[in-house]
Amino acid sequence: MIGRQSTSPSLVFLFRAKRGISFSSALRATTLLLCLAFVATTAIAQNGGDLRFCLRAEPKTFDPLLVDDDASLAVRYLTGGVLARINRQTQALEPELAESWKISADGKQISFKLRRGIHFSDGTPFTAEDVAFTMNRAMDPALHSSTGDSFRSGPGAIVTKVISPEQITIRFPAPVVGLDRMFDQVAIMSAHSGKKERAVLGPFVVAEYKAGSSLYLERNPNYWKKDSQGRRLPYLDSIHLDIQPNRDVEMLRFKRGELDLINTLDTDYFDRLGSASPQLVHDAGPSLDSDFVWFNQVATAPIPEYKRAWFRSTNFRRAMSAAINREDVARIVFNGHAQPAVGPISPSNKFWFNSNLKPIAYNIQAALELLKADGFHLQNGALLDKSNNPVEFSLATGAGSKPRERMAVLIQEDLGKIGVKVNIVTLDFPSLLERISQKFNYEAVILGFRNVDLDPNGQMNIWLSSAENHAWNPKQKAPETAWEAEIDKLMRAQASTSDPKKRKQSFDRVQQIIYEQAPFIYLVNNNALSAVSSSVAGATPGILFPQTYWNAERLTMNGTASARR
Amino acid sequence: MKAIRVFACVIIVAVCALSLAAGWLAPDGYARQFRETPGAPPSRAHLLGTDEVGRDRFARVLYGTRISLLLAPAAALISTALAALVGGLAGYLGGIWLKLARAFTDLFLSLPWLFLLITVRALLPLNVSPLASVLVTFLILGVLGWAASARVLSTSADALRNSDFVLQARASGLDGPRLFLIHVLPNLKPVLYAQFWISIPVFILSEANLGVLGLGVAEPLPSWGSLLRELEGLISFREEPWRLVPLLLLIVVMTSFQILLSNEEVTA
Amino acid sequence: MLERIARHLASIVALVLLGGLLSATLVRLAPGFDSDAREMDPSLSAESIRAIRAEHASHHNILDFYSTYLFNAVHGDLGTSQALGQPVKDLLRDRLPVTVRVAGTGLLLGWLLASTLAFAACLWQKPASDLLGTVLSGVFLCIPAAVLALASVILNAPGYLAIALIVFPKIFGYSRNLLAKAYALPHILAARARGLGELRILARHVLPVAGPQLIALAGITISMALGAAIPVESLCGLPGIGQLAWQAALSRDLPLLVNLTMLVTVVTLLANSSADVMVHMLRPARA
Repeated sequence: MIGRQSTSPSLVFLFRAKRGISFSSALRATTLLLCLAFVATTAIAQNGGDLRFCLRAEPKTFDPLLVDDDASLAVRYLTGGVLARINRQTQALEPELAESWKISADGKQISFKLRRGIHFSDGTPFTAEDVAFTMNRAMDPALHSSTGDSFRSGPGAIVTKVISPEQITIRFPAPVVGLDRMFDQVAIMSAHSGKKERAVLGPFVVAEYKAGSSLYLERNPNYWKKDSQGRRLPYLDSIHLDIQPNRDVEMLRFKRGELDLINTLDTDYFDRLGSASPQLVHDAGPSLDSDFVWFNQVATAPIPEYKRAWFRSTNFRRAMSAAINREDVARIVFNGHAQPAVGPISPSNKFWFNSNLKPIAYNIQAALELLKADGFHLQNGALLDKSNNPVEFSLATGAGSKPRERMAVLIQEDLGKIGVKVNIVTLDFPSLLERISQKFNYEAVILGFRNVDLDPNGQMNIWLSSAENHAWNPKQKAPETAWEAEIDKLMRAQASTSDPKKRKQSFDRVQQIIYEQAPFIYLVNNNALSAVSSSVAGATPGILFPQTYWNAERLTMNGTASARR
Repeated sequence: MKAIRVFACVIIVAVCALSLAAGWLAPDGYARQFRETPGAPPSRAHLLGTDEVGRDRFARVLYGTRISLLLAPAAALISTALAALVGGLAGYLGGIWLKLARAFTDLFLSLPWLFLLITVRALLPLNVSPLASVLVTFLILGVLGWAASARVLSTSADALRNSDFVLQARASGLDGPRLFLIHVLPNLKPVLYAQFWISIPVFILSEANLGVLGLGVAEPLPSWGSLLRELEGLISFREEPWRLVPLLLLIVVMTSFQILLSNEEVTA
Repeated sequence: MLERIARHLASIVALVLLGGLLSATLVRLAPGFDSDAREMDPSLSAESIRAIRAEHASHHNILDFYSTYLFNAVHGDLGTSQALGQPVKDLLRDRLPVTVRVAGTGLLLGWLLASTLAFAACLWQKPASDLLGTVLSGVFLCIPAAVLALASVILNAPGYLAIALIVFPKIFGYSRNLLAKAYALPHILAARARGLGELRILARHVLPVAGPQLIALAGITISMALGAAIPVESLCGLPGIGQLAWQAALSRDLPLLVNLTMLVTVVTLLANSSADVMVHMLRPARA
């Protein structure tokens, strides 16, 4: 309840006070009061208000199985209904459309018991058939759904068995680790509705879409969830999403009260806004994201042979890593809202983080020793390799990320102190992508990784040497180094057992190897910063996406804000 | 007004002198990062404060002046010359040349040159020297920037072709390139001067936008364009007014240029 | 006269077709044409990534693409935008009026401002008014378009004001010089000495000289206004063609880019050809 009193006690009081009045006038008074009460309660129930915030890019698709970009992910989160949801605050898996589930001992099968009496936004009833349809469609190899691909632990098709309208069993060809948690990403589609993907089970439904400018979501009248008092959720009437890639404009509009929240806030704005109104900004601690540098180790890359030799040398990479002052990066680029990173797992991922690893300290001496071991030497302030080639390389980054551009400038200066000449090249993203994934005509890159999943199994395609996303040297026919072979073995090991302790042991060792070999030179884990205006009630920003509106169905707008609309 | 022109001249000379004296005025250089004081307000040590990684803004303005003030006018000269060549010459020759030139110019104005720039960047080596990168950028800007004024020039030159004094000059035996250079070109000056003046700040600003594609001035070299890009994040000018100094400098220099260039006095 | 217009129109059509092909070639040859941000998603399997790459490869042959596009265009289908997933025809239909309104108003306002300043400089013959015009146009010439657009968002000013401020310094630069040159002709001095009214001088002696070039200038300012519309619409959130162009360029959306180039080519050619025709019509009969 929003904190308004029900009118029934006052009705009783009225009857007691007006004992002496005639029956007809009492009846009239009662009717009037009942009408008022009715109006008041409906007014309270409908006084949810309209939430406004921005999407940073155009949503590429409304098909929940083809979602790959942030904007589409946001829309799917708000409109899609899932069988089980990871609580963004407690990180525990909670039942949603499914009341309960059971995973078989071999990890290949999951059975769900679904809630009854639920309907899609267009009235079509929700049954196990819809779950079967969704999973079969997701796993259809012709669709190339990333949601489906994440379940694909081995070749072969899945088998779905609809036992009853409320019970379904799904059998996978190979064991899938963390099987139940993966259903947080599967928004159930209707098998029978004519509206296809527009028929949804989530708290909101897409009402209007103006390509390139805005998206308007309305309350789903058939949303199944109720609050503890039995009132239908969501409290909000509607959500307005404006498509605005420019962060300065977004900030401006937030300050003016035209937007109610900023999901990921830049450090500069956090400080500026926070100094004026500290109650509006939230720092939820280290996020799961990290920024890192890597060197091109592809054997056939069109770079000079001597440079390839540098990049493939572990001593060289570790030396570069030791020569970067991470504290400065955290302090200057993020104004303290970041901390030096250790590896692919952020310390806020408490279970999976290998706490034995400490961030690499800034140590020029150590860097120079490592370089000396490989035959590098300083001459007139410039670093030369053993064949007297001056150490010079380009550091490429994608345009549009001010923090990364600043990090590059700091790195350029830091490495300059050990005689290395770094040339910073900013490229538009498609060109950069072509260089790092197809043509391999790059030397060093600085990019970031946005992690939405706590479980490292989702990163399998980064750590397997044969995979596409093994950024520094993808698609190897056989592991080219012993440590990459070991990582391959460990990753497969953690994927083949469901015992969390064994999995952690394997993945801890993976983190250790990455720490020692530095294929990615991790820089910092930045904090999850967000802003929520005072007109929104109920928001508790966290570190998991979506940071501020993960409980969108329970958010409300305060009275003043609703009156303004 | 003689006085105003002298004043404008003095300003330009002063700015050039200051930028050449950058080594003395800002001995720390434009790249040194004072990491203890990023984003600092002006002080005795840093006359215009520091930028977000702690580099002295005053030094960056001085060194940036060298690059922008030298290369942008050079690029503007190239684009003006090209415009005179294509527009002026075509208008002067008339007939099929005029038609072809106009068609070529109109098409040139409409194509998405962004993709040519991206391709150029890809053709350059990744480790291109900052000097080469900057030269290539301004060269490209000059080569791409002639189309608009060429259009106007073609009309001017076309009109001149049939004007009395040109016919007279022809009649008296003058023809060909000499006629073009002596009689037609000087009369195209209003448009050419206007184009030169407008192109300089346009190129300075474009150079910064090209930085996004990997062209332009490479870090840590400063340029006026990159300094002006700092203004984009400035939501309240009141908080950090010293960030406007590069803009004010550019305005003052450009106004001085225009005063010097306007040889057509408007007083009787 | 009609023949002249018909010839102009024919050459416009030919140039538009050529422009479309050239822009498609430029986009296709630029690096990054094949790449798709989805490739960076680690949850995608190797087959899925292969399929995504194959999808892009289907656009490889540019002549193929262009001839299919033209064939469909003749039947009314302008293709579908890759980035926005909507038919290009609908996008253009919805957004063109916005841009016409914003850029058109901005351009008119810009011309108003520039001509006021330019005429003030020439008519009043006071160096102060010339200086005022120079300083004002200098100020706005040097402010980046993005900053002007942001300023208009901050001040809640309409988008067309930003476009006017971006465009007017360039108009002023050219028109002031053209008018000054016309006014500096010797017979103007004589006319003034004879006591001819300023308005008459303007109409009879200055405009015929500067007129054709001012009309040509008007033609190219339309391209300038369209160019200014791109950052202004994107930052002010106006759903017009400029915003669309920016989106298309960032995402290498070939169908959208080809359509937009042809649209811009048509507008530019029409503007400049109309200017040419007008100049020709106004030309005094040869003695």
